[in-house]
Amino acid sequence: MATAQTRTILTPALTRQPARIRWWEQALHNRNLLLGTSVLALILVFALFAPWLSPYDPYAIDYARALQPPSFRHLFGTDLYGRDIFTRVLYGGRIDLQVGLISVIAPFVVGTLLGALAAYFGDRWDSLIMRIVDIVQAFPFIILVIAIVAILGPGLRNMYLAVALVAWVVYARLVRGEILIEKQKEYILAAKALGNSDARIILRHLMPNVILPSIVFATSDIALYILLAAALSFLGLGVKPPVPEWGAMITEGQPFMTTAWWISTLPGLAIVLTGIALSLIGDGLADLFRVR
Amino acid sequence: MMRGEYVIRRLIQVVPALLGVTLIVFSMLHLIPGDPVTALVGEHATDETIARVRASLGLDKPLWLQYLYYLRSLLLLDLGESHRFGSPVVSLIGPRLLVSIAVALYTVALTTIISVPLGVFAALRQNTWFDHLVRSALVVTMVMPTFWVGIMLILLLSIRLGLFPVSGYGSGLGGHLRHLFLPALTLSLGLAPILIRALRASMLQVLGEEFVKTARAKGLSEAQVIRSHVLRNALIPWVTLLGVHTGFLMGGTVITEKVFALPGAGALLIDSVAARDYPVVQALTLVFAGLVIVVNLLTDLVYAFLDPRVRF
Repeated sequence: MATAQTRTILTPALTRQPARIRWWEQALHNRNLLLGTSVLALILVFALFAPWLSPYDPYAIDYARALQPPSFRHLFGTDLYGRDIFTRVLYGGRIDLQVGLISVIAPFVVGTLLGALAAYFGDRWDSLIMRIVDIVQAFPFIILVIAIVAILGPGLRNMYLAVALVAWVVYARLVRGEILIEKQKEYILAAKALGNSDARIILRHLMPNVILPSIVFATSDIALYILLAAALSFLGLGVKPPVPEWGAMITEGQPFMTTAWWISTLPGLAIVLTGIALSLIGDGLADLFRVR
Repeated sequence: MMRGEYVIRRLIQVVPALLGVTLIVFSMLHLIPGDPVTALVGEHATDETIARVRASLGLDKPLWLQYLYYLRSLLLLDLGESHRFGSPVVSLIGPRLLVSIAVALYTVALTTIISVPLGVFAALRQNTWFDHLVRSALVVTMVMPTFWVGIMLILLLSIRLGLFPVSGYGSGLGGHLRHLFLPALTLSLGLAPILIRALRASMLQVLGEEFVKTARAKGLSEAQVIRSHVLRNALIPWVTLLGVHTGFLMGGTVITEKVFALPGAGALLIDSVAARDYPVVQALTLVFAGLVIVVNLLTDLVYAFLDPRVRF
């Protein structure tokens, strides 16, 4: 009886409700997200179509044109070896975006799985995983990465490994916090009562409801890894010359600051622009999905 | 819980963290490809040195016993010997650590000078052009690579305007302050945005609290309300956040010391990585992590004493 009454009271209200606004419609009205995505798309287009956008080879040495300031012929000027910096910045986009994206995958997957294990099974799993998280977080991020790269040897592959070993802790904390709240909800208790396996409950039921904050965080994290890769190149532990990585290009220009400011300055601006785009996308996604 | 009891409990919590950190740093040595003794003493060491180090580390013993030997040597402040310099690591990193700590403290001072007024005024002038300007600037400064900022500051303030030295540590207090200004500013430009954002948010939150309305209703001037009621409360999370970012600060010193050619511990770390001087790399990793743990402990204690809402 009560149910029938409730239904008659609620039904007119429900029918009068405006149609649910879909997330992509909201996305179209999110200024941060739109701006960030547009800038990033532009950078991607420039990076992908670099061979068609520039007549120069990013590796071609031409001493006759060394250290030329920006001009119509060389938009960003040339470096010590006469290489066109604009071309190298375009090709650099391929490397830096790829590095940012690849770096984020391993910490995301490992952290999410370990955080889920800790929160879902609790007790000893939780104590063990969270103590490891505490210990790893006691180290300054970049110093632990440097120490690991020191052991494994310089280069991008070892940087990915070092980042995976250090950065998973953030995702573990994020997912653990979400699952601790979510696992108390009725649908999870019901899924357990129905005899679903733990793996199925975690992957099919919990994950879709807790993964969003991690995805939003990962978007901004890509910018952090681009900065990290650049810093490691500067410290001589990342990409080696003559590869046109933005950080390596800034480093190559440092000795020529007094005579050729453009060598370091312009690749740096490329990093800043990419970072802004990724931050705006991160902020926009956080707004869109109402993630804290 | 009494305040003293809280302090003791918090101090005890530090022990497992420190042990965990030593365990990771200890394991680093065993992850190096090849023989750990050769890694420690260098490829050019004599057979006699290799035998001596092998015996002192007990490398023929089980791993857990080796770890205990390692802990014992740490307690005796024996961090091994640098095979690049041929001197004890402790005496090598001591003076350099002072440079890094000086840069870090200078950064904290500059960050305070930059972030407190900007955070406060952005909150007080919410949604005005000033607030929008500050918030837009934060988005940009947060994603600038530290070493690039350092290079740009050298280019603008040292080379173009001749205001500050390009590199070096200087001598005497005035010399140090002048030489370390740009390194500290470089790091501040990375740290300040995080703190300005947090201070702005906590100011806005406190401004909406009932006790602020009461203070205004009592007839206090706006300046008094802000100074004695709003800022005091809004600064507490700011202090905590500053403590939390000690790791960022320590990591940042590594890069700025390389940019500005400072004789600090961070620059030593990078040079030691390049020279495969593993005892120094190991010791510095440990020292930096130890510093972070100690600063976090101090922050927690200061927080507990500052905020009257914290119950022990």
